Amino acid sequence: GCPKDDFQEELVIRPLHSGDIYASFQFRTLWETDFMRGNKVSHYRLFPKSLGQVISKFSVRELHISFTQGYWRTMQWGQPFLPSPPGAELWVWFQDSVTDVDGTWKELTNVLSGIFCASLNFIDSTNTVQPSASFKPLGIGNVTDHRFLRYATLPREIVCTENLTPWKKLLPCGSKAGLAVLLKSEKLFHSSFHSQAVHIRPVCQDWQCKTTSWELRQTLNVVFDLHTPGQGKLEWSLFKMFSRTLTEACPLASSSKIYIDITDDPQGEQFEVSPATHLLSQAMVLGDRRTFSVYDLTQQITFGTVRSLNLLIRWKSRDMLRPLLHAERYVAGYGLQTGEIHTLMYNNHPYRSFPVLLLDSVPWYLRLYIHTLTVTSKGKDNKPSYIHYQPSKDRVRPHLLEMLVQLPPNSVTEVTVQFERALLKWTEYTPDPNHGFYVGSSVISSLVPSIVAMDTNSTREQPLFSSFFPCKEESSYFMRVYTEPLLVNLPTPDFSMPYNVICLTCTVVAVGYGSLYNLLTRSFQIEEPSPGLAKRIANIIRKMRGVPPL
Amino acid sequence: MAAPLTLLLLVAVTVRAALYRSSLADLISERVEVVSPLTAWKRVVEGLALLDLGVSPYSGDVFHETPLIIYLFHFLVDYAEITFMLADVITAVALYLSVKDYNKQVFRKQKYALEADRYPLDCLELIRSPKEMQYIPLKVAMFYLLNPFTILSCVAKSTCGLNNAVIALFVLSTIKGNVLLSAIFLSLATYQSIYPLTLCAAALLYLLQRQYIPVNLRRFSFWWFVAQYAFMYLGSLFVIVGLSFFLLGSWDFLPSVYGFILSVPDLTPNIGLFWYFFAEMFEHFRLFFLCVFQINVFFYTVPLSIKLKEHPVFLIFMQLAVISIFKSYPTVGDIAASFIKHHKASSASSLNIFLVSCVLLACSALFPVLWHLWIYAGSANSNFYYAITLLFNVAQILLVSDYFYAFLRREHHLSHGLYLKRKDGSEATLVLK
Repeated sequence: GCPKDDFQEELVIRPLHSGDIYASFQFRTLWETDFMRGNKVSHYRLFPKSLGQVISKFSVRELHISFTQGYWRTMQWGQPFLPSPPGAELWVWFQDSVTDVDGTWKELTNVLSGIFCASLNFIDSTNTVQPSASFKPLGIGNVTDHRFLRYATLPREIVCTENLTPWKKLLPCGSKAGLAVLLKSEKLFHSSFHSQAVHIRPVCQDWQCKTTSWELRQTLNVVFDLHTPGQGKLEWSLFKMFSRTLTEACPLASSSKIYIDITDDPQGEQFEVSPATHLLSQAMVLGDRRTFSVYDLTQQITFGTVRSLNLLIRWKSRDMLRPLLHAERYVAGYGLQTGEIHTLMYNNHPYRSFPVLLLDSVPWYLRLYIHTLTVTSKGKDNKPSYIHYQPSKDRVRPHLLEMLVQLPPNSVTEVTVQFERALLKWTEYTPDPNHGFYVGSSVISSLVPSIVAMDTNSTREQPLFSSFFPCKEESSYFMRVYTEPLLVNLPTPDFSMPYNVICLTCTVVAVGYGSLYNLLTRSFQIEEPSPGLAKRIANIIRKMRGVPPL
Repeated sequence: MAAPLTLLLLVAVTVRAALYRSSLADLISERVEVVSPLTAWKRVVEGLALLDLGVSPYSGDVFHETPLIIYLFHFLVDYAEITFMLADVITAVALYLSVKDYNKQVFRKQKYALEADRYPLDCLELIRSPKEMQYIPLKVAMFYLLNPFTILSCVAKSTCGLNNAVIALFVLSTIKGNVLLSAIFLSLATYQSIYPLTLCAAALLYLLQRQYIPVNLRRFSFWWFVAQYAFMYLGSLFVIVGLSFFLLGSWDFLPSVYGFILSVPDLTPNIGLFWYFFAEMFEHFRLFFLCVFQINVFFYTVPLSIKLKEHPVFLIFMQLAVISIFKSYPTVGDIAASFIKHHKASSASSLNIFLVSCVLLACSALFPVLWHLWIYAGSANSNFYYAITLLFNVAQILLVSDYFYAFLRREHHLSHGLYLKRKDGSEATLVLK
């Protein structure tokens, strides 16, 4: 018969301590099929056909693409469920049957550019790297040769309705039923942070892992600013956030739930949620055990007598929390000749130290000087235990720096490296050259120690938001932090002058040529004074007559 | 003679050591007029650091020095300052000895020509006497060592100083008549930057003259000597390149060093003509103009050799000047090397030379000002710096052609007499026709 497929949707709403509200949508389709074997799949039901064709045509094993507008403020908002850097980020693990990975990568980026209406075709060898340690596969499989991994970011990419619409079309119910009706672009883009992503990977069907199925997760994270609606009242509702309420679950979904994070307020002192629910669920997420109120949309009583659900969260007081791992990055120095990149990593754990993998991909026109790399923690030198550095080649590939740094407890680690700014050819500048050039975010991946023991069985039934990153150890969980992108100015030539410059420089060369030519081909002679005009005419007449001149 | 030279060397070393210890050393090693992507010390240190990290220095685009420099500085990186001061000292001593030897030969030739009555009677005042030429070698060494361009280049630890030392040793061995050493030093100079290849013709002409072999294309002895020299030169070049291959085990350094010099991918501003020209070049014509500019450097060899075949030492200096103006990444260190011909100034056009030298000085003062305005203050743009670059290069070209003119005029007077009369007996003027 047909391979089984399954669709789940969920929405997690977490009130943040700064008063903002964080909403995270996840839509997951599981499909027990094998794209890789010879039989072509022709009957698509819940899994979108465009993505299925992409997987089979380009022999993709894992694909992760995200489009983000805004920067996630870790200090105010805590950790996101799914981190992403500003702009577009794409990383792909190919199957080991692919012979020409670079060519396949180029075609893949162009096809994805068409599917998502984004300018991913600007991804080429000058901003693609092959990280050796930072991006291990998140699904199952035994390919770990990082020759099959490609990672690229476009920090300049802007996300708008044009990108949201094709993303929504990939959902089985589209934007007609279920949680996706809330995704209205005029409200979603009127927010502090908006990120939509697509993650495709192979997963085990059960704990014995006899069969694998393909998992497609579409996630959308959005943070609504407290002050944007202009009311200033600490009150949130679905209608206020999305200008819609929910009326039914997606009929094709096997599970459709809304989770509201009430961990920080189990007694209802800080905020109250209405309509109240008695369904509670606990889950381990980001090293912490959290409690959620659950609203099951497949049950008709959730919608009540008015047949629509408008959740309301009203704040009563506020508090603050500090995340365990946090990073910042900035450019130091003045002038357009040199500069220094500083990356600061904060470890806020009171007594545990843990290692982090820092990945930096710097474009070729900022020439890094790796002998100026310094890593200091608490004022002392902290030598990284693993450094993988691939220098850039002009106009071909960017710098790749990966380091494993041990962060001491309760400290700030500073990584600095000096660079020199290059002068580019006039055609290589963007039309707005004085805006500056973007440097993609650094990626900091680490295993952060967890206070509570965690469950390592990844095939058990869990809410989607807690099952994204696989958990290998009980005492630590995987976390990825992205820093800010950098905006760097480069010296510019005068763009109005190409013809003038060519003329002037060739003139100087010609002056050299002319002087040397004169001196080389002529010899000194005594100058005879030239006769006056009358004499010259007389000479001409004499020549015509055949008489010797004067 | 040894005492004043030693005093000069001490003064020069003291000045450089004082500057090394001051805070100016870091400032000078960042200046684009003094260092280029080919010669910067920062890049040498970066290359050594990459080697320590286990990455080939040529896999990136930061390091463009030859493998022998890596090998040299692998051991000497802690004594870098002493190395560069020593290179300057060697250059000065080599120049001193070579000028002294050359003067001896000039006097010998003059003596024979006087005895053979070859000079017209009225140009006796143009003939050089031993007394006036006694201090010329010292002056040349002083001019090189105390030249602010040389001092800046040394304090910045630019590897141009090493290149100048090799070229000076080449000049010394050529003037002494040592064919093998001349070929070896020339191949070392060519190995480091391709342009000294043009000095081959000058060396050949001088050595042929010294061995009394006439430059006649139909004689076997001429071709035999050329073949010998070419064999020695190419042989040592191949040996050095092969040694470089075995040092790092790959041919990566060929595109990184020679490909870089010839194809000019890095457009960092410098005092030359290439950077802004290729920054503003239409893509369609890039290869064409690249070829034109590179051929321009090598192109003057044959005409200059034909014109100056009787004066090969002056030919060497002319070639050095042409290289330092038109090469792809010039620095002030190259300019310093080409100024050595100053001692041959004749009085005829010294006013012209004085004016042009003033222009050069003014431009050198304006370079840092306009750079600061463009890069740091943001109130000027790249055109200002480019304009001063143009002016600097035009001044250099005019200086070179003035020296050439003065030289040719002196030679003309020596063979035709100083006071020339026209047909009707009145005083004549000389023009170039």
